[in-house]
Amino acid sequence: MNTVLIIRYGEISLKGKNRHQFENRLLNNMRTALRDLPKRKIQKTYGRIYVEVNGDADSVIERLKKVFGIHSLSLAEPASLDLSQIQETALKQLEKIQTPGTFKVETSRPYKKFPMKSPEVSREVGGYLLEKLPQWKVDVHQPQTVINVEIREEGAFIYSGDIKGLGGLPVGSTGKALLLISGGIDSPVAGWLAMKRGVQPVGLYFHSPPFTSERALDKVKDLGRVLSIYGRQFRLYVNHFTEIQKTIRQECPEEFYVTLMRRMMFRLAEIIAKEEKALALVTGENLGQVASQTLESMAAINEVTKLPVLRPLITMDKLEIIDLARKIGSYEISIRPYEDCCTLFLPRYPAIKPNLAKVQKAEEALDISGLIKESLVKTQVVDIGRMA
Amino acid sequence: MEIYLDNSATTKVLPEVAAAMAKTMVEDYGNPSSLHGKGVASERLLTTARRQIATLAGVDAGEIFFTSGGTEANNWAIRGAALQRQGRGRHIITTQIEHPSVLASCQLLEEEGFAITYLPVNQEGLVSGEDLRAALRKDTILLSIIHTNNEVGTIQPIEEFGQIMKELAPQALFHVDGVQSFGKLPIPIRRAKIDLLSITAHKIHGPKGSGALYIKQGVVIKPLLVGGEQEGQRRGGTENLPGIVGFGLAAEKAGKSIAKLDQMAELKKYFLACFRDFKGIHLNSSEERGLPYILNLWFDGVDKAEVLLHMLEENALYVSTGSACHSKRDNPSHVLKAMGKKEEALYGAIRVSLSVFTDREELARGAEIIKEKVRDYREFKGVNYEYRFDNQVRRDQPKG
Repeated sequence: MNTVLIIRYGEISLKGKNRHQFENRLLNNMRTALRDLPKRKIQKTYGRIYVEVNGDADSVIERLKKVFGIHSLSLAEPASLDLSQIQETALKQLEKIQTPGTFKVETSRPYKKFPMKSPEVSREVGGYLLEKLPQWKVDVHQPQTVINVEIREEGAFIYSGDIKGLGGLPVGSTGKALLLISGGIDSPVAGWLAMKRGVQPVGLYFHSPPFTSERALDKVKDLGRVLSIYGRQFRLYVNHFTEIQKTIRQECPEEFYVTLMRRMMFRLAEIIAKEEKALALVTGENLGQVASQTLESMAAINEVTKLPVLRPLITMDKLEIIDLARKIGSYEISIRPYEDCCTLFLPRYPAIKPNLAKVQKAEEALDISGLIKESLVKTQVVDIGRMA
Repeated sequence: MEIYLDNSATTKVLPEVAAAMAKTMVEDYGNPSSLHGKGVASERLLTTARRQIATLAGVDAGEIFFTSGGTEANNWAIRGAALQRQGRGRHIITTQIEHPSVLASCQLLEEEGFAITYLPVNQEGLVSGEDLRAALRKDTILLSIIHTNNEVGTIQPIEEFGQIMKELAPQALFHVDGVQSFGKLPIPIRRAKIDLLSITAHKIHGPKGSGALYIKQGVVIKPLLVGGEQEGQRRGGTENLPGIVGFGLAAEKAGKSIAKLDQMAELKKYFLACFRDFKGIHLNSSEERGLPYILNLWFDGVDKAEVLLHMLEENALYVSTGSACHSKRDNPSHVLKAMGKKEEALYGAIRVSLSVFTDREELARGAEIIKEKVRDYREFKGVNYEYRFDNQVRRDQPKG
């Protein structure tokens, strides 16, 4: 048997009857993530997934570190269920570390038919290692290196330490939601956080030429490509928003531009969500960041949809969002400076606490269903990123 | 049909230039340094191109050194001169309206301990000889100045500056950034006593990635790229022969463009006259001192140039915001700021730039599109500028 990566997926194992679905989703997502590498065996056993590595451990780990649902990974050498085999393999693992120090052996034994108990295995393996590598010392309290021995029905696995995974739930395991994505910093992060809890996002971008440029659209596509790395293909709806924006500008009081625009966006989003069988909307809204993100504003905007609106960033500080955007890899794309949606239409004095009745009154000037219909006809769909 | 009025960003390559380049790539592909016949054939092409460019510049072929373009030429001239002459002094003079490749080179030297003086300009974008005289010091080793600015087109009196340098600072080198003027305007290299001149192919219907630095016979500057015997051991690297051949041919053709300077001035007048009945148009470019190829404009009520640019694009009219080198950044043009322009003149400015192939019909249609889109823009902003403004700028009558 070859070197394997042991994949642990903590949280899914709690999911009762749905467990199979979750596990299969995770397996599929892992296969998708490893698609560009040579084919390999990926094996599921109780509570664990083994991924065979053939000298390309670094590439495999790098990819799997971007798969939601993986709790931790360990690069392990397998051995047959035989003490001397286990000792040999443990020796090889410890020899990999150049500078000798302190160590201890930890054993777990889910396979109870193995004749020796865990402490006995640890003692035997530890003694063997000390004998072969006398420059190492045992320290059971604060060792520099831990050699783990796992005794399972399928064999023994010897490894040293683990690598943290992204955690969360496999993308797609909790359902689909429509992500209102702009070229900014926040919305891709919101999408990523929703993905962390198993949501498969479908993007919706409000394109408003000539007020937004082709390059701004490219930027959103590039952001979609970044998100696709953490999941699968990213579907993006490119809505044509120009006429709606112009009409609001011409027909409605300036203080409500933003509220009315957002209401139209939510209406469009709800229709597209139904089309996609998406069960919620996801936005990058963040309490208090801009005028449209006060509680009053959110209430006035939210009123047009019955779908749950997920706002993963709602309580975060801008700097926390930026840190996360950097970690995700979306930040550098988000800060490319092209004219973004609606900057031309920002009112000088927006209503910070819009009154719903006044907003509804202001909206009477609009032929809402006509505008929506016209805008949807011009909406396009693009699939971005890795193939599912 | 598309109307391309962004010729100061880059120009369309002439078909015969493209053909000559293609031939160089697939037939005369030898390395000019090779000893065999194919190398010799390539070396001949190199010699021809050098001669074509030298002829247009009015200098000796041995004074032309090929580079990857204007940016490299500017980097080389400034850095090379500074490092060569630092023993005599560490003071450099340039202006506030230089191309970013000059400004960045100077800033880098500043970090390394050189003192840099950035000369101011007046409302028209002109540097004054008085300011230059006042800035000169005993330890001044270089003056670097842009001949015609890429954003507004102001032509600097380089002959006057050359005279001042000769009188007051004979120890210093004189570098001119001629990227926008070469092949459009005569550059009095000898009379202005220019030591170093940066030029490029793609502003005169040649290829991108091909430029040159004129280095006056006898002037020594440090190399930027080392590791080869090419270009008289002054610029290492296998020559970009297709690009150089294209540059040579484009330079030969551009000889005729210089002769058309008066016609270009007429064209510019014609274009402006197309706006004579249009209110709230303003020029950032100087009318008298400007290169006729470049017009920097802004309109009352238009506060975001990029939006206007995309609106024009809808009708296949292509222009730039302030300058192509800036349009991807948020901060407004340093050139317009240096000229003391007001805020609205900075953020709403577009640059319309012509080529020798631009005709009146294109300009008339372009002007119509601009007027229509500016009206639309003002309408979105909900202000009727037709009535609010009466500061009509243009009075010229269109001809023909």
